Amino acid sequence: MDQVEIGLWGVPLAILGGAIRVSTPFIFVSLGECLTERSGRINLGLEGTLVFGAMSGYAVAYESGNPFVGVLAAALAGACFGLLHGWICKFKGVNDIAVGIAMMLFGMGLAFFFGKPYIQPQAPDLPAFNLGWWSDIPQLRAALQVNVLFIAGGLLAVAMAWMFRSTRVGLIVRVVGDSTDAARAMGLSPDRVRLLATGAGGALAGIGGAYLSLYYPGSWTEGVSSGQGLMAIALVIFARWNPINCFWAALLFGGAGALGPALQSVGVSEGYYLFFAAPYVLTLGLLILTSSPDRAMQGAPLELSLTK
Amino acid sequence: MTTFTPLNRRRFLGASTAALGAAALGGLSRPAMAADNLTVGFIYVGPKDDFGYNQAHAEGAAAVKAMAGVTVLEEENVPESQDVQNTMESMINFDGAGLLFPTSFGYFNPHILELAPKYSDVRFEHCGGLWTEGNPTNAGSYFGYIGMGQYLNGVAAGHASKTKKIGFVAAKPIPQVLNNINSFLLGARAVDPTITCQVIFTGEWSLAVKEAEATNALADQGCDVITCHVDGPKVVCETAVARGAYVCGYHADQSPLAGDMYLTGAEWNWASVYTDMVAKTMAGEPIDNFVRGGLADGFIKMSPLGPAVSDTARAQFEAVKAEIVAGGFAAIKGPLKDNKGNVIAAAGEGFVETDVKLESMDYLVEGVLGSTS
Repeated sequence: MDQVEIGLWGVPLAILGGAIRVSTPFIFVSLGECLTERSGRINLGLEGTLVFGAMSGYAVAYESGNPFVGVLAAALAGACFGLLHGWICKFKGVNDIAVGIAMMLFGMGLAFFFGKPYIQPQAPDLPAFNLGWWSDIPQLRAALQVNVLFIAGGLLAVAMAWMFRSTRVGLIVRVVGDSTDAARAMGLSPDRVRLLATGAGGALAGIGGAYLSLYYPGSWTEGVSSGQGLMAIALVIFARWNPINCFWAALLFGGAGALGPALQSVGVSEGYYLFFAAPYVLTLGLLILTSSPDRAMQGAPLELSLTK
Repeated sequence: MTTFTPLNRRRFLGASTAALGAAALGGLSRPAMAADNLTVGFIYVGPKDDFGYNQAHAEGAAAVKAMAGVTVLEEENVPESQDVQNTMESMINFDGAGLLFPTSFGYFNPHILELAPKYSDVRFEHCGGLWTEGNPTNAGSYFGYIGMGQYLNGVAAGHASKTKKIGFVAAKPIPQVLNNINSFLLGARAVDPTITCQVIFTGEWSLAVKEAEATNALADQGCDVITCHVDGPKVVCETAVARGAYVCGYHADQSPLAGDMYLTGAEWNWASVYTDMVAKTMAGEPIDNFVRGGLADGFIKMSPLGPAVSDTARAQFEAVKAEIVAGGFAAIKGPLKDNKGNVIAAAGEGFVETDVKLESMDYLVEGVLGSTS
């Protein structure tokens, strides 16, 4: 197909394409962390889970020849990491943030160790829907290649918001997250709820990792995540613990990350280091704009070690 | 594959103790310079099967491993920090390494410079070419004129491009990278002087997502041949091919990744360099402290031309290659301006590959779209 000159339109197009391509790991990790934090725990280990998910997903997809089996394996591996974190945090006097940092390093180290033989082989990619079929512009068609996991992430955000608002499970998670005492009085076991919430959160982060290695950028390398897991955890605070906001915040981050390369490609090349900082500058700016001393922690689960 | 593990270390210590014991019993003493056995250590900054910089070195290490009497130690993912000093000291003290190849650019200053005076009987050979007069004499630097390989990439790219736009994903604007970008464009302009090269800097040697985004941005702007200078070209190759662009390789052979879309590639040929240095060390011969070489010296090589390279392209490629091998070929030659309009070389002036002026390059030539800062 012949290329079409798109010139400056390349920038909005790259932001759109970047939002769709880059945001999916952010969506999954931040939704997972959102669930965990709403139950009153912080799991900083999701960066490690993301990297391990990327490795295990790639390895299993390569061995089995089916990318979806890889996604499943990544989810399982992520759940194991989450459950381990949840189990350790059950003990008295254990700090969930410190355990999270340990889990992050553990996950990355383990992924590097087991991932050695999988740097070279090429695993099958996850399929994508071509939502740009109506357009004649090849660049637009390329930008509108939407992966199944992106769509799943969007649906999951809506489902999770609905779960928190209108279901019994959601209520249980929220009660445990807001008051351990109230949860105990209701006859709930806060530790078990948090264990399961952290496990489920880990599974989601694992799926995010599988997207990295199986679709975009689409191969397992040790630098595949470059800190996206940590950024996604920060996104949850930025999104005020709301799953729908997590989705939009992830899109914003994905799109802003595409700004640097896109601006260089249309000739705005001076100061590219500054443009690469765009996602962070944007976050800082938005946080400052939306901040207020009265409601600094609005929406934060009350049992979170951040708020206590 | 031998990796640097405690098991290996123990096995080696056992073996060397036995050897020493045997030597003592026999009343033999080893000659001071020439040696029958040599332990050689290779240190990589990333994984050694990254289809890129580290794999190129590891292929050299594999050739050394096949030599008689040589034990090869390898350690991957060693950061350019105090860690590399620890790795080097452990290779020297525990494994008895007599020759070290710390292969990453940032290992030299201050790490090799600090250790070399402490271990005067160990030879430190560093890739990157920073050794200057006054540095420890048991340290040395070597590098290859890979810009010529990118020039040849450019010749292949110039013939393959239909849009007359080619793209370059670059890590950082250091002289070696800038020389590669400029050479790539000038090679293409030797085919068609209207060709332009869009460059995108990612700012780091290994950032998978940003490299993929950069490649997509290049494809969006119509670049139909893409090459790169990052540590692991795998992501750039795969993304470019997915967008229907041709690929010119770098560091190592990426044709298994790009298939029919692979035109050619500028590869390191460390196997010839390393086996030569190891043989010299074992024979007790000195190695120059500052070693350089190009296509003619077997420091670099080109990947076999892909099926998409036309017969005309092949003819010009081979002709230019022969000219480079013959020596005296200048990619940067006048009249030439940089992309801000400053004169780089007046008419009749040229910088051949051996010219040290090229190693302080801080400009992008006319026709490269991009900026160094």
